Amino acid sequence: MGEILVLVDHADGVVRKPALELLTLARRIGEPSAVVLGAGSAAADIAAKAGEFGAAKVYVADGAEFADQLVVPKVDALTQIAKTAGAAAVLVTSSGEGKEVAARVALRLGSGIITDAVDLEAGDSGPVATQSVFAASFQVKSKVSHGTSVITLKPNSTSPEAAPAAGAVENVTVEFTGKAAKVVARTPRVSSGRPELTEAAIVVSGGRGVGAAEGFGVVEELADSLGAAVGASRAAVDAGWYPHSNQVGQTGKQVSPQLYIAAGISGAIQHRAGMQTSKTIIAINKDEEAPIFELVDYGVVGDLFTVLPQLTAEVKARKG
Amino acid sequence: MSLRIVVCVKYVPDATGDRRFADDTTTDREGVDGLLSELDEYGVEQALRIAEAHGDAEVTVLTVGPDDAKDALRKALSMGADKAVHVNDEDIHGTDVIGTSAIIAKALEKTGFDLVVCGMASTDGTMGVLPALLAERLGLPQVTLLSEVSLEGTTVKGRRDGDAATEQLEAELPAVISVTDQSGEARYPSFKGIMAAKKKKVDEYDLDDLGIEADEVGLGGSWTAVEAIAARPARTAGTIVKDEGEGGKQLAAYLAEQKFI
Ligand SMILES: Cc1cc2nc3c(=O)[nH]c(=O)nc-3n(C[C@H](O)[C@H](O)[C@H](O)COP(=O)(O)OP(=O)(O)OC[C@H]3O[C@@H](n4cnc5c(N)ncnc54)[C@H](O)[C@@H]3O)c2cc1C
Ligand SMILES: Cc1cc2nc3c(=O)[nH]c(=O)nc-3n(C[C@H](O)[C@H](O)[C@H](O)COP(=O)(O)OP(=O)(O)OC[C@H]3O[C@@H](n4cnc5c(N)ncnc54)[C@H](O)[C@@H]3O)c2cc1C
Repeated sequence: MGEILVLVDHADGVVRKPALELLTLARRIGEPSAVVLGAGSAAADIAAKAGEFGAAKVYVADGAEFADQLVVPKVDALTQIAKTAGAAAVLVTSSGEGKEVAARVALRLGSGIITDAVDLEAGDSGPVATQSVFAASFQVKSKVSHGTSVITLKPNSTSPEAAPAAGAVENVTVEFTGKAAKVVARTPRVSSGRPELTEAAIVVSGGRGVGAAEGFGVVEELADSLGAAVGASRAAVDAGWYPHSNQVGQTGKQVSPQLYIAAGISGAIQHRAGMQTSKTIIAINKDEEAPIFELVDYGVVGDLFTVLPQLTAEVKARKG
Repeated sequence: MSLRIVVCVKYVPDATGDRRFADDTTTDREGVDGLLSELDEYGVEQALRIAEAHGDAEVTVLTVGPDDAKDALRKALSMGADKAVHVNDEDIHGTDVIGTSAIIAKALEKTGFDLVVCGMASTDGTMGVLPALLAERLGLPQVTLLSEVSLEGTTVKGRRDGDAATEQLEAELPAVISVTDQSGEARYPSFKGIMAAKKKKVDEYDLDDLGIEADEVGLGGSWTAVEAIAARPARTAGTIVKDEGEGGKQLAAYLAEQKFI
């Protein structure tokens, strides 16, 4: 079995959950190695975590370039490591940046690329990826037919499972190529204290039906009672009621939680594109004709301002 | 010399209509209604704003697509772009993103440019990687996924709202940028704009004109292959209750039954 490189996404010195999912999936198609870039002094801890989840080797590269330039330094590093290792596949998290990095790596390796896969399995002639397309109305199985399989996978494609391996660190000196945009300033996003939207097991979203920024209070209270992340439709974001970083949909985040609760959201195709692969879907909407009800496992036709607080109280009571 | 801006726009099936695959596993672009990808309207808009602010600029819109893709070009021209390039060749049908980026890169070189503007993603393939691939092929800086952009002298400046942080980016021209739907509302074509668009020049290129061999592109030249396509099984009809005072409690009971609480 070939070596499978996993680009480990990390923030604030901590491995992000999707990276552990990738390591778990990588074990299905070969022998996982982790690639940790620009982590500074946190590299050792990140490498240890990657080892816990199955990485036999962990390639570590550092340098100011990773923070000071957009995308290209990661492309330089990942391409160099993939070539030296003779990797059979490269797996990257499907984020805006992850996809850009993966695409350029694929081109440099002379390989095809598949983005936004939701599942991965071994096939007769290399890894087979499942994509959920056209707002999740079709499932497509595809593979890279030329070169190294470069595949990006959405968060929540599987649940991370530990499988301790050596996690042997190999330090890499990268030849940087330049020709990148400069990052002249960076402002980390302030954490809401709630789970990361794309990684959360439960997401509670509010739409235009929430009526005002203050209306999101009932959405947040329900989310907190469930330990969930908060999402919003574009209508709610455009109205200025909730930050764009929380938008769910085609031009926002694509989420695939165990449970998605939509309150005051009609269910437009562009919203569905971001949530339709959720395992269980619940909607609260006062219009029984709202298209969101076509998707739901459970729906309540009613006013979200009475249904959500009652549900929150009940959840709290049951959790004790 | 005036500033040459080229906006890449895609002709896509209407997302609110019936989108499907043709028998050869490619997207059905003929049997369904198509239009200019809504997310590329933001690219056209930002290109026009940059051109207006600059004063001496020319905006060209470029598409790779079938005959009907002309509709997308006309729409962009009616918004105010000056001229268009249409790359159209039977052999392009079924090309993957790596191949598409090769075609667009060649077409850009032939057209000539100082700034390439793209949308954040198409509304059909939704990969969001073509701008990065163009930058790679052309050996230029990528300044992508911008929710705010400006050109100051020969420096492109922009704000990128990433997953974990907001970044301020800068690069010198020539460069490739992409803009998000947060970058500013796209204008509607005026009646005058629509009339003027009919007279604007559309250059047509085929693969020969770009020096690309047919076997480098198309379904056969693709480096990815679709093995199977299945319509997602319709979700089994869910339970829908009307709130008569107990809606929240009923929902809680369902969540408990499903072990969420
Ligand atoms: C290119 C493009 C990209 C887009 N990207 C996205 C995207 O990423 N994400 C996204 O969400 N949208 C996106 N949209 C917008 C999308 O088309 C819809 O306009 C949007 O999703 C509507 O948001 P909504 O459901 O909150 O609002 P509406 O459609 O107005 O629905 C509000 C719903 O709330 C219900 N309601 C009202 N009051 C109450 C109450 N008190 N209790 C219960 N229910 C109530 C109403 O019955 C209604 O169904 C995009 C559109 C385009 C063209
Ligand atoms: C459902 C679906 C899934 C697909 N999955 C894959 C895959 O995994 N791997 C793969 O290699 N191919 C895939 N393809 C094919 C791929 O979509 C096309 O090759 C396409 O030409 C480029 O990708 P995109 O539309 O996703 O572009 P994006 O990268 O999303 O486009 C970004 C921007 O590039 C510009 N642009 C894109 N296409 C054109 C064009 N034709 N003319 C001018 N400008 C353009 C626009 O400015 C656009 O906003 C898929 C297609 C579909 C319909």
